[in-house]
Amino acid sequence: MAKPKFAMYWAASCGGCEIAVLNIAEKILDVDANFDVVFWPVAMDAKYKDVEGMSDGEITLCLFNGGIRNDENERLAKLLRKKSAVLVAFGSCANEGCIPGLANLTSGKAVIETAFSTVSTDNPHNVRPAYDYPAAEGELHIPRMYETLKTLDQVVPVDYYMPGCPPESHQIATVIDLVIAALKGEAKLPPAGAVIGAGNSTVCDECSRKRSEKLIKEFRRTWQIPMDQQECLLEQGILCSGMATRSGCNARCPAANMPCIGCYGPAPDVVDQGARMMSAVSSVIDSKDPAEIERILDGIVDPAGTFYRFGLASSLLHRAKAQ
Amino acid sequence: MSEKVGVYICHCGANIAGVVDVAALSHWAGELPDVAVARDYKFMCSSLGQELIEKDIQELGLTRVVVAACSPHLHEATFRNCCKRAGLNPYLFEMASIREQVSWVTANKTVALEKSKALISGAVHRVIHNQALEPIIVDINPNVLVVGGGITGIQAALEIADAGYHVYLVEREPSIGGHMAQFDKTFPTLDCSACILTPKMFSAGTHPNITLLTWSEVEKVDGYVGNFTVKVRQKARKVNTELCTGCGICEQKCPKKVIDTVFEAGMGLRKAVYTPFPQAVPKYPVMDVQNCTFFQKGTCKACEKFCPTGAIDFKQEDKVVSFDVGNIILATGWDLFDCRRIPQYGYGRLANVYNSLEFERLSNAAGPTGGKVILRDGVTVPQSVGIIHCVGSRDKNYNPYCSAICCMQSLKFAHLVKEKTGAQVYNFYIDIRTPLKAYDEFYQHILETDETRFVRGKVAEVTDAARLPGEEGKLIIQVEDTLIGKQRRIPVDMVILSAGLEPRHDAKEVAKLFGIGCSADQWFIERHPKLDPVATMTEGVFVAGVCQGPKDIPLSVTQGAAAAARVIGLVNRKQVSLEPVRASVNAEQCSGCRICNNQCPFNAISFLVDKGVSEINPALCQGCGTCVAACPAGAITGSHYTNAQILSQIEGILEVELGQREAVPA
Ligand SMILES: Cc1cc2nc3c(=O)[nH]c(=O)nc-3n(C[C@H](O)[C@H](O)[C@H](O)COP(=O)(O)OP(=O)(O)OC[C@H]3O[C@@H](n4cnc5c(N)ncnc54)[C@H](O)[C@@H]3O)c2cc1C
Ligand code: SF4
Ligand code: SF4
Ligand code: SF4
Ligand code: SF4
Repeated sequence: MAKPKFAMYWAASCGGCEIAVLNIAEKILDVDANFDVVFWPVAMDAKYKDVEGMSDGEITLCLFNGGIRNDENERLAKLLRKKSAVLVAFGSCANEGCIPGLANLTSGKAVIETAFSTVSTDNPHNVRPAYDYPAAEGELHIPRMYETLKTLDQVVPVDYYMPGCPPESHQIATVIDLVIAALKGEAKLPPAGAVIGAGNSTVCDECSRKRSEKLIKEFRRTWQIPMDQQECLLEQGILCSGMATRSGCNARCPAANMPCIGCYGPAPDVVDQGARMMSAVSSVIDSKDPAEIERILDGIVDPAGTFYRFGLASSLLHRAKAQ
Repeated sequence: MSEKVGVYICHCGANIAGVVDVAALSHWAGELPDVAVARDYKFMCSSLGQELIEKDIQELGLTRVVVAACSPHLHEATFRNCCKRAGLNPYLFEMASIREQVSWVTANKTVALEKSKALISGAVHRVIHNQALEPIIVDINPNVLVVGGGITGIQAALEIADAGYHVYLVEREPSIGGHMAQFDKTFPTLDCSACILTPKMFSAGTHPNITLLTWSEVEKVDGYVGNFTVKVRQKARKVNTELCTGCGICEQKCPKKVIDTVFEAGMGLRKAVYTPFPQAVPKYPVMDVQNCTFFQKGTCKACEKFCPTGAIDFKQEDKVVSFDVGNIILATGWDLFDCRRIPQYGYGRLANVYNSLEFERLSNAAGPTGGKVILRDGVTVPQSVGIIHCVGSRDKNYNPYCSAICCMQSLKFAHLVKEKTGAQVYNFYIDIRTPLKAYDEFYQHILETDETRFVRGKVAEVTDAARLPGEEGKLIIQVEDTLIGKQRRIPVDMVILSAGLEPRHDAKEVAKLFGIGCSADQWFIERHPKLDPVATMTEGVFVAGVCQGPKDIPLSVTQGAAAAARVIGLVNRKQVSLEPVRASVNAEQCSGCRICNNQCPFNAISFLVDKGVSEINPALCQGCGTCVAACPAGAITGSHYTNAQILSQIEGILEVELGQREAVPA
């Protein structure tokens, strides 16, 4: 009997998700043993037309990472959706936009402008990329960039969501085990639309730090204080997103004395992680004096980048108002 | 499962139908997805209107109902009951306010129709996500707390005590009585204030159903209607009330005299150990340790030496008592406007400018001058007196409102001055406001018999700088007499400022303590200004008397009795059903981050250390939603205000406002 088919694709992403999959160590051999890897640009040579040639739903499991930044991303999202039985939004970019999604604070044009004109850019002739170029061999095209970065499910229906930047290796391994067991009829897959490879609470739930009622008089950055190893970071004034971020990572950052930055996305039933985080933080500011509150809030140096570092593209607002 | 929604659009006579095209609206609503029937009707709240809904629920099998009419404040309960009668859970109902939020705020028929559609669309989207809820039934503790022992609080306490329920009457001062105890005569009948007040004070002091806690203040209130726990601090009197007989010997023997700024309004002296006035209830004195020679210098103890029963107890400490009540009435009254805030009237600078409470004490037969109206030199009887109305009231710079009582009080003063001194009296007024029973008659009587001059105009200044002959040694009142259109300077010997009533200086803190609201002026806010004037938005907490807004004694007494009647009615029911709109924590989703722990204004949230999660006591929770917004994990849900309900309502509104749009911009 032919083995079930596996695919993995990267759209607008950094490549970390691919590394995370390879990072599952010897488990990768189980993937190879149980699946026929038919399409995985980072690991093997394959052509888009090979995929186009497959019949619908032929790919059993497709892990799609990266957000939808340009028309090529969108075309592949639609193609893989059609050809895959199970399509997983894999990693923060596909789930909620992640760092590339922060570009939604500005316009596509401004992104290009910045990329080609910063002090560190070596661009003496001040050129800009052209989408179409008539070369001697024929007309060349590069993918067209969109104004707004979209998440995978803003473009195609998604079966499962697997959060994380990148998803933790132990979670990937568990999910692979589950899918294999399900294929053998030994386990049942969760209902469509579910979040897999993550917990049902928040990072605080997995964090072993001591916490009490929270009252914040000052926000501080990690380098500004000697951090207590035991006490909740937020209570020390360090903006930790653990309380608004889905559990599943074993609270690795707080365990390493670094605040949670929110990469596992919103908790179950939460629509907007950043808004949640903001209302939580503002609830525990310990002052009634408007001027003092203002001063305390000034301690949050980059609110959008802090609260919406991962979730801007999937937030209620999606993006800054288009010009 | 798809729902069958009925949409009912009220004309409210011409109130709504005059602006909103109700026929078009109902036609449009009938086409909405999930809407099984849409009707419009003249008065939905009438029994015929309600029957229409009931009939549809039963005959068409409606599973959800939306009424587009007035504000839910007004008729939500009406239509919920209507659904209930027809067998539909009352929480499967939504109201869209197309009167207060549409027809009353615009005359533009096009936008009115659009906005009505948006609100109805929001309500229809929301109602589909509504969940059936059952009210929470709790027992009512029959005991009642009354805060403030002025005439209002006394009246309320007596009504409840007479009905057979126990009252804790908490008063901040050493005696009950409030401001009324300071007055000589009361308008409009001019009966002696003490004569009508002291019997009530006495009854309150001796009633078997009243526990009097004077020289006391409420420190903490926990709980909810039917089940409040109250903590009261009884300040140390330094007098053992078990032993004290109220003989007053300590007060006689105390060598230390202090200006009494409270009861005597600064006009008289009291001792360091004192009862504010002879008829005080209770009769026990209190010691003012800030002024007591023993406490300040270490020797004296005259009171202790002479007290025949050994009641003086220098070591007595404050006592905090705690008890449970089911309902609370606030009757904390008012403070007098501080006339120093209007420097041009000279109060505090010019000796013979008095505020109204000072004059009350001056003319009181039991007051510091024995009722003689004399100047501050203690001998001179004034030949002429100017009474200035509206001081600190009806003035954007101070208080915009009318204090309601000062016209009558000024007329009362005019009469008393005339009667006691024969002086020429001038009343400086902007308008005379005497609208209540026997008030205008009183005014006419004074106009006819007392030879009082009335000058219409706002006084610009009171000065002792004489400019014209005859002004030396006098206070000159500079005023534009608007009836003759002339500036006038009127020299007088005495000026009385009829200062306005102001909310207690601590009204805001008291409101917070009891979980109620204050208006912009800081009067306590009633549930409805016309239809529910003594209830508040917090169930089980009532307000009465001047703390709710300026009023005279008859109205204060009426409100005290009204609040008592409301409380007695509740207590008689023995149980109360609470709105099931409550927050709850999903323990599985709660991470124990403890963000919510200090958020609840009703102390409903506790942290379960062993389970590492937070928990909400549904009986304490008032459904305010504070914690719901604060919880970063989304682990707290407010029933009837779930994410699905709120977001779908927003979507419904935006769908009409913006049309169907791409979910995410390109
Ligand atoms: C100069 C003057 C003359 C007036 N003359 C008349 C008149 O002739 N006829 C007439 O009908 N009306 C008159 N009024 C109006 C009248 O004074 C009020 O209608 C009346 O005092 C209202 O009574 P009350 O019990 O609501 O408030 P108050 O008399 O102010 O009593 C409130 C009581 O609550 C206590 N209290 C306050 N805060 C607390 C707290 N936090 N805890 C515990 N206890 C507290 C106070 O100590 C006080 O005893 C006059 C008003 C003024 C200013
Ligand atoms: S806020 Fe951060 S540090 Fe505090 S308990 Fe949560 S994850 Fe741990
Ligand atoms: S100790 Fe002296 S001053 Fe104090 S109350 Fe007694 S007699 Fe008065
Ligand atoms: S909703 Fe939350 S904060 Fe509000 S009363 Fe209930 S438990 Fe307290
Ligand atoms: S805020 Fe939410 S997650 Fe945190 S302790 Fe409260 S209920 Fe639990």
